[in-house]
Amino acid sequence: MEKEQFEHRLNINRRHFLSKAALGMGGVALGSLLMPDLLKRKQQVSDELPLGLTHFAPKAKRIIFLMQNGAPSQLETFDYKPKLEQMFGQDLPESIRGGQRLTGMTANQKNFPLVGSHFKFNRYGQNGTYVSELLPHIASITDDLCIVKSMHTEAINHDPALTFLQTGSQVGSRPSMGSWLSYGLGSENKNLPSFCVLLSKGRGNGQGVYSKLWSNGFLDSTHQGVQLSASEDPILYLNNPKGMDRTNRRKMLDHLSELNHMNYKEFGDPEIHAKIQQYELAYRMQTAVPEVTDISKEPESIKELYGSDCTIPGTYAANCLLARKLSESGVRFVQLYHQGWDQHNNLVGGIKGQSKDVDQASAALITDLKQRGLLDETLVIWGGEFGRTNYCQGKLTPKNYGRDHHPRCFSMFMAGGGIKAGTVYGKTDELGYNVIENPVHIHDLHATIMYLMGLDHEKLTYKHLGRRFRLTDVAGHVVKDIIA
Amino acid sequence: MKQFTSIIAILCLLVSCKEQGDYNKMAEKKVPKVVDYNFDVRPILSDKCFSCHGPDVKKRFKGLRLDTQEGAYKALKEDPSAHGIVPKKPMESEVYLRIVTKDTTQLMPPKSSNLQLSDYEKKIIKKWIEQGAAYDTHWAFKKVEKPDLPTLETSEWVANEIDYFIAEKLAENDLMPNPKADKERLLKRVAFDITGLPPTIAMQERFLRDTSKNAFEKIVDELLASKHYGEKMAATWMDVARYADSHGFQDDQLRTQWPWRDWVIHAFNENYSYQKFVTYQLAGDMLDKDNVEALLASGFNRNHKINQEGGIIREETRIENVTDRTNTFGKAFLGMTFECAKCHDHKYDPISQKEYFQTFAFFDRVPFRENNEYAAAKLFAEPPKILITDSLVTKTLPFINKTPNVKVESMVMKDIPNIRKTHILNRGAYDAKGEVVESATPSAIMPFDTLQYKPNRLGLTQWLFDENNPLTSRVYVNRIWQELFGKGIVNTSGDFGMQGELPSHAALLNWLSADFMEHDWDIKYLIKKMVMSATYQQSSVITQEHLSVDPDNNLLARASRNRFTTEMVRDHALATSGLLNKDIGGRSVRVYQPDGLWEASTAGRGHLTEYIQDKGELLYKRGLYIFVKRTSMPPVQMVYDGTSREQCEVRRLSTSTPLQALINLNDPTILEAARVLSEKMTEEKGTISEKIAKAFRTILCRKIKPEEKELLVNYYQEQQEYFNAHPQEASEFINVGEHPLSKNTQSVKVATLMQVIHTLYNMEETIVKS
Repeated sequence: MEKEQFEHRLNINRRHFLSKAALGMGGVALGSLLMPDLLKRKQQVSDELPLGLTHFAPKAKRIIFLMQNGAPSQLETFDYKPKLEQMFGQDLPESIRGGQRLTGMTANQKNFPLVGSHFKFNRYGQNGTYVSELLPHIASITDDLCIVKSMHTEAINHDPALTFLQTGSQVGSRPSMGSWLSYGLGSENKNLPSFCVLLSKGRGNGQGVYSKLWSNGFLDSTHQGVQLSASEDPILYLNNPKGMDRTNRRKMLDHLSELNHMNYKEFGDPEIHAKIQQYELAYRMQTAVPEVTDISKEPESIKELYGSDCTIPGTYAANCLLARKLSESGVRFVQLYHQGWDQHNNLVGGIKGQSKDVDQASAALITDLKQRGLLDETLVIWGGEFGRTNYCQGKLTPKNYGRDHHPRCFSMFMAGGGIKAGTVYGKTDELGYNVIENPVHIHDLHATIMYLMGLDHEKLTYKHLGRRFRLTDVAGHVVKDIIA
Repeated sequence: MKQFTSIIAILCLLVSCKEQGDYNKMAEKKVPKVVDYNFDVRPILSDKCFSCHGPDVKKRFKGLRLDTQEGAYKALKEDPSAHGIVPKKPMESEVYLRIVTKDTTQLMPPKSSNLQLSDYEKKIIKKWIEQGAAYDTHWAFKKVEKPDLPTLETSEWVANEIDYFIAEKLAENDLMPNPKADKERLLKRVAFDITGLPPTIAMQERFLRDTSKNAFEKIVDELLASKHYGEKMAATWMDVARYADSHGFQDDQLRTQWPWRDWVIHAFNENYSYQKFVTYQLAGDMLDKDNVEALLASGFNRNHKINQEGGIIREETRIENVTDRTNTFGKAFLGMTFECAKCHDHKYDPISQKEYFQTFAFFDRVPFRENNEYAAAKLFAEPPKILITDSLVTKTLPFINKTPNVKVESMVMKDIPNIRKTHILNRGAYDAKGEVVESATPSAIMPFDTLQYKPNRLGLTQWLFDENNPLTSRVYVNRIWQELFGKGIVNTSGDFGMQGELPSHAALLNWLSADFMEHDWDIKYLIKKMVMSATYQQSSVITQEHLSVDPDNNLLARASRNRFTTEMVRDHALATSGLLNKDIGGRSVRVYQPDGLWEASTAGRGHLTEYIQDKGELLYKRGLYIFVKRTSMPPVQMVYDGTSREQCEVRRLSTSTPLQALINLNDPTILEAARVLSEKMTEEKGTISEKIAKAFRTILCRKIKPEEKELLVNYYQEQQEYFNAHPQEASEFINVGEHPLSKNTQSVKVATLMQVIHTLYNMEETIVKS
């Protein structure tokens, strides 16, 4: 009942504004820019609350997701298993494997020889948390992190697993996490998109990324992730064409607006005003976006913090720095993708280079946010789409090996945004094959992320084709133990 | 600041209103005198009750079932003295008592469901029980019966049968239809609706001068006969068929399925009946052996994504493909959300999990790659497939626009009747095989009579086109309506089930669906019927009354102002500038696209790692032909609400975003069109004012108004001064696109007029069917 009345009221106000359209659309335009679905004709939202209001007090306002595409091995990074080193070359006991299905790549392998980490682990931080020598910078900020060792997922191949992590479904037609948050919370900056996407490639075995990962699915396309590129046009088609300067473009827009107003007089369609506003916003984005994406004015100390790569556009380090700038400017969700973690063979060499690419900048981002006082309200997430097997794929030698996909356990870490710092959550067995304590499913991760943003994952729904959809589908529990 | 204040003001108003709890004082919907189960009651029960007390037997709480009369009237399991519903006695009906109780532990729906009933909904339930709590078959599952035309007080306005139904509802709501649209707007609207292209000035002139009574009809016939009609219709069908030029998934390899698209264009242009059109696509491989055309058409069921990742589990991938075919069948032809019944019985609609897999069985007889070598080979077409040779094209398939001497393979369907048994898959998991099932369809829609139909896809198609099938005609008629009027009579064109929206004009939908079947599923006839209605030909002017009484235009007291689709935005610019390559069909083309998009997202394997743009005339083909790489969709299509081609889609959204503005402002496609048209105009004779008027008429498809002309001529003069002072900028500005500049181009003149023309391309009206 309340909902109906509420929407009714919303509609009255919408119409009220629209009827005043000719006097100036400022209010409506701004409102609909910040909260695009607020003034929509059809409200297809939560049964409880209008969009833009949170269900509980949010702990985080913004998210930066550092997606490590291809799935970094947990066994060489965060999940230390000395027992594997002792059992080098021995076959994985069937009792542990428990009939777990295998990918088409190792299904025909005759045996599954166990292999431990080639890289040493040391203890860091106040709790003496084990972190691999591959990640010295990340290790140095252990006290800021919550490392979850008990992540598990459903898919066993990259595309479905990545799609599942990003959208809560393996199918590939649902809205991305960032789209959901943009839909539920709107934007903080009217001149920037609320959901930005940054891509980079490492030197390791690459697995592609796909536009469906940042798709708005059945939500309005205003919630689509906007890919920022390292080219001259940080957002596609952002720059005026050659021969057209900003003053002259302004003149064009003024004439255009006048022509559109003439048409409004004839047709009275509020959409005409919406269009005029979209052009004005586009014009403002033309200066707002380059200002944010320009890292040349960052001080030397910052560039040193992120590492020298951060001045090379399109690198992971540059994207981390860019992520901070975007987030600082109010972008709700910044999604990075860094390819190259798919070490089926030659893991030793591959993961070394890959770790080097991301270690310093990942840690720098957290440190940088902290020194600006932004870490408390910014949630940083780091991890891949699944884990890797504790047994070797391909040829096992004392110096080299490979690892196949493993959905049953993997590690991620989070920092800031209401997360309990300096903690480790969840446990795997001594061979690093199964979770034995506090499992965290992808749906649980989503539920927790939404909780931190002040949203109840069961209540932020969107009715589409007869069903109320949510990011967490029909599952998901908030992992309260990792919340500060 | 002022703006912020107003937003805060709304929020405060809303919040305070919530706190005061004074909702009851506000206007409420009136409860009708006679409550109709389908239209008033079932939507409430379905939305708020069925997920726990509905068709899904496993999730049915306390054994109470409210979607059937027997279930609702039965004694309760826990308390045999009580009944869910006692007809005529709400105060003895648990259903009513539990929705109005003050006891929150007893209240339904429970708080944990996050669902609530409004006062209005409670009143409806009460009245329905008082009136006898009669159940009725879901409206969409009833056989289509052609209703009589409504009687009107005056039939002055009506042009054909459609208008009777529209006029009746308008009268009920005290609304008057809009006057007829002016001829120019109407011509633009109908030209885009039928061919997706703008009317030329010559056509505009001809239509304006033609004062005969059937002037509009002549235009409609001419447009329907145009070869571009097939292209326009095909563009929408690509969404339904989830067409793409790549396989999707990780490596997202090239596929060559475009000959199938050439067939679709051909089929529309030849005006195949909807029955033939669909039969060829669903069962073309099962018709006459020599019918290669039908075999090619069966590629419809191979357009789904195919995973060629190295690590795939074969059976899992195969099941995914069959699932996609099944879901597409449900959505495209029946408007049902079949996918909800894969893992469990459907929660709202009468489709059991068993019935899902019975339907699935029709699509489960296709041979699948025997090992992952196919994946490794990265084939453009995975078997079953056909090789399209030059002689096949010449002799049998002349509509395929193929470069001679280039071999092309396309995927098609093939059945091996006893290749495998189909099982119910528990929880939908590929490796959790349950009971074996035989091919059949959900019986609530219409039972699959094996005496009448063979249990294969051909039989399925016959079932689909049985005159007793309640959905096939309704679903397609509704989609055509959606294309022409902006939204369907059933707004949820992909869901005709219990949770779908109800039709705004149920009788009209029945009439049109029956009429369509009576006319042998003739698609051109159907379109003509719609566009010849007075309803279609109304003006789209919006009044304050419209905005307050019917802002969403459900009643159609006016024409909707529908924005162009992504294809139309492109095709309009190409056609009006004269750049359009009118060649029909052929391989997909790689047009202008910002650098680096494919390269940034690829894994680095295969043929589609690098975007190699086409050259020359291929750059100017229609939007329909733009290369669709699933993992890196063409950016303009993404921004302009195109579909992702991940799965079957039957409706596109229409949004307005700043990224769309940036495209029209800065995309070289639009800028080049402006430049080329400017060059052409500059070379023509006439005054500046005449040139501007002509460009305006070309682009807006109507004559310029004096105040518009004054503004644009002033703008021209201002820009002329600017470019005279900045000749360098002028030559830079016109240097856009690959279409060569004319030899004697005077850059200042061309740049100046180009600026004006580019402004026209950015007008709101330009990309709207008003």
